[in-house]
Amino acid sequence: MALDKPYKGIPGTTIFDAEQARLGYHLNQFCMSLMKAQNRERFKANERAYLDEWPMSEAQKEAVLARDLNRCIELGGNIYFLAKIGATDGRSFQFMAASMTGMTQEEYARMMLQGGRAPGSPVRDPREKR
Amino acid sequence: MATITASVYTSHVPAIGAALDLGKSGEDYWKPLFAGYEPSQAWFKAHQPDVIFLVYNDHASAFSLDMIPTFAIGCAAEFKPADEGWGPRPVPVVKGHPELAAHIAQSVIQDDFDLTIVNRMDVDHGLTVPLSLLCGQVAQWPCAVIPFAVNVVQYPVPSGRRCFNLGRAIRKAVELYDEPLNVQIWGTGGMSHQLQGPRAGLINREWDNRFLDRLIAEPDRLAEVPHLEYVQEAGSEGIELVMWLIARGAMSDRPPRVAHRFYHVPASNTAVGHLILENSQ
Repeated sequence: MALDKPYKGIPGTTIFDAEQARLGYHLNQFCMSLMKAQNRERFKANERAYLDEWPMSEAQKEAVLARDLNRCIELGGNIYFLAKIGATDGRSFQFMAASMTGMTQEEYARMMLQGGRAPGSPVRDPREKR
Repeated sequence: MATITASVYTSHVPAIGAALDLGKSGEDYWKPLFAGYEPSQAWFKAHQPDVIFLVYNDHASAFSLDMIPTFAIGCAAEFKPADEGWGPRPVPVVKGHPELAAHIAQSVIQDDFDLTIVNRMDVDHGLTVPLSLLCGQVAQWPCAVIPFAVNVVQYPVPSGRRCFNLGRAIRKAVELYDEPLNVQIWGTGGMSHQLQGPRAGLINREWDNRFLDRLIAEPDRLAEVPHLEYVQEAGSEGIELVMWLIARGAMSDRPPRVAHRFYHVPASNTAVGHLILENSQ
């Protein structure tokens, strides 16, 4: 019998459950490795070679190289782990958040200053054509 | 016996810590937020406890996916601020209270809550930002702190009901401790925020304020709210609010005195909520 997962239908939202965590285990542990300065240096020197040390799927590696955080999340990444890639790049969290919404960082920051995204307002995946 | 005298609830946004550490708290963006905590700092000076039992969550700092404890109690003598990728926050080392922590673990586990006992753990912004907000920028934290980390990162996270009942078990444990310690319990995280996906940036001011109202007036009914409502209404990371129910469950069954209430949007990506509740004497 299937387990109850009522959170699957929330727009623009992926819940990091045991299934996603299993899918993304190596992706997230790769992110965790970036907590160490020497690993950050090695990753920056040759991203592809560093990723190839991890038993991640090709799709996961490509999503990391493209900094496509929405794709990383689909493939099992969790935002607290993925944030370490942004920190390695010297990006602010608002930059990362904006990148997932299809807004520029300035547009996103303005939305937050105006009270944030209103509940029930439309959600647009930046990968879909306008 | 030891007594829980008050509870403090606050968001623990990392950008607040960065603003303090980088000397930006006087900037226009941050002024209204820190103004909301000025009464809290005055209150804390006047009501300094011996121990803070601080409920928070780790954000992939101390716990990777190697191990994911649902409830972890810090029983060590000290806890270092974690390096979250840009060096540890320049804040004091957190001194624990190993005797009370071990006593609470002993009591609460026998009440059927399976805590993970942690004797070595760095503490991230989830724990240090609330301390900075209430204690200010200090050379030493003014009291002992027992870190209590809750998994709210990988689903399923504990339910509101379980958190509330755990709080009650913690209250019982504290009251069974022989030494007459003044203990505060803090619940941190929230309020509405979503950090991931195309819906990132969600804020729900109305839902947040209703949560604050109900936390004060009818916490037992608030504890029945299912996970799905938190995620839908308060965003995927708004689920952190279940941790506030642990602190609320540890309070007396009698109505509390509201010493302070504050709400502000935004701090970076997040709505900030804050309450101080005192137990009536």
